[in-house]
Amino acid sequence: MAAVAEFDSVGLRYGTGAEVLRDLDFRLRTGSFYFLTGPSGAGKTSLLKLLYLAQRPTRGRIKLFGEELSEAPREALPPFRRRIGVVFQDFRLIRHLSAFDNVALPLRVNGAHDEDVEGPVREMLAWVGLADRASARPPTLSGGEQQRVAIARAVINRPELLVADEPTGNVDADMANRLMGLFTAMNRLGTTVVVATHDVGLINATPGAQLIRLENGTLVDPTGTLRNPPRSTS
Amino acid sequence: MFDWLFVSPAERRLLGGPRFGGPTPWVIAIMSFSIMLIAASGLALASTAALVGRSIEARYTLQVPGGGANLGKLVEAVRATPGVTSIEAVPERDMRQTLERWLGPEAQSAELPVPALIDFDATTDVKLTPLEQRARAITPGARIVAHRDSVGPLLHSLRLLQWVAFGLVLLLSIAAAAAVVLAARGALDTHRFTIEVMHGIGATDIQVTHLFQRKILIDALAGSLAGAFAAALVLLLLASGAALAGELTGGATLGPVDLAVLALLPFALTILATWVARTAVLRSLRKAL
Repeated sequence: MAAVAEFDSVGLRYGTGAEVLRDLDFRLRTGSFYFLTGPSGAGKTSLLKLLYLAQRPTRGRIKLFGEELSEAPREALPPFRRRIGVVFQDFRLIRHLSAFDNVALPLRVNGAHDEDVEGPVREMLAWVGLADRASARPPTLSGGEQQRVAIARAVINRPELLVADEPTGNVDADMANRLMGLFTAMNRLGTTVVVATHDVGLINATPGAQLIRLENGTLVDPTGTLRNPPRSTS
Repeated sequence: MFDWLFVSPAERRLLGGPRFGGPTPWVIAIMSFSIMLIAASGLALASTAALVGRSIEARYTLQVPGGGANLGKLVEAVRATPGVTSIEAVPERDMRQTLERWLGPEAQSAELPVPALIDFDATTDVKLTPLEQRARAITPGARIVAHRDSVGPLLHSLRLLQWVAFGLVLLLSIAAAAAVVLAARGALDTHRFTIEVMHGIGATDIQVTHLFQRKILIDALAGSLAGAFAAALVLLLLASGAALAGELTGGATLGPVDLAVLALLPFALTILATWVARTAVLRSLRKAL
């Protein structure tokens, strides 16, 4: 099966510090569902940054969508970023824009006209339970509401790769299940999903998902083969 | 090419903040005001220099010492010289009347030696040496003075001032451009988070730049026009003294071409500011991934 992402001996360090990621070798198969887990400081967020092209590796090679992008010129990156949806741990919503405008942003960046934006955004906001909060700005939304806006923004463009950093950290169990249902539904439609989480319950509730476990910046699997999730606390 | 000028309200909301907020419109307005006044001065000086230059190029004066008792003969001698196109005698009494403005009754004193003058215009092929010799034969001590020799230093100073004015316009334009660069960098810092988010979801540098470019164009246009309007008011006030200026300069004023240049200056400043802002923003964005 084709790989949406291929990491080959990838290492990452910030500035002159020690490597935060070392010798990462793995492939993410197109249309698969992955959980990225590991203790705090293991390098999960750094790995996600490499995946959504916010960071370049300091060594090794990364292929996304079949293209070698480790040293690609920065002008070449935007078209690939548009194929990736990202749910940030800190939401990264633009404070002075309404929830509607935040969710509509990827569509507008993609060149959609206003008349083509209204319907999908309203539908997505309704799906995450924020239809009546469309004009609210992020500072007036609760943490959970902000997280749902962030998720709606990440999936509005039907990305080929969806990367989520602790996407259910600020929502209740019911909303967490609904959001995971959305991720699963997108995965069934062909989107490759990578979710970084500590929530074992969430991992166990997603049958068929695979697990990437990081510890001290390296994959915890001597063979480099990705495994199915465990049934117990990691 | 200019589609970035016409963005949707949603795109305008991306940068937030009030329209004409920040110091940029004010800085540009002050620059525009100064540039307009200095440019108007430079153009007026250029116009004056050209007018003075034209008027003195072929003008000569025959100075006749001792009151010009033989003024009539001298006028005839000048008129008879080939190449002389016009002639005007200024008798001693007219000279004394003119001097009275500065000297008072003393100007009529016989102890004050006042020459009579014969001003004449001539073509370039006029033979001045024989004319001067004939004049001396009639009135010893008579001599011909070319206006371009006597007024030349003044004309040189006028032209120098004109170039100083244009140099100042250039310097102020550079200062305005530098202010725009600082404003663009400030705006980038203010909106760094928005830019990061936009880049993260696949916005290109050009898309981000267009937002800033348009905002700075509007700020610069508003500032330029406001400054130009204020400068126009000042110039109109100065023009109320134009009669006096006209007397001093021989009627030199700002012509239609000069006025067109002045009218275009605010727009030129706006284009400069927008181009500088675009370049600064693009350069700054390229430092990020």
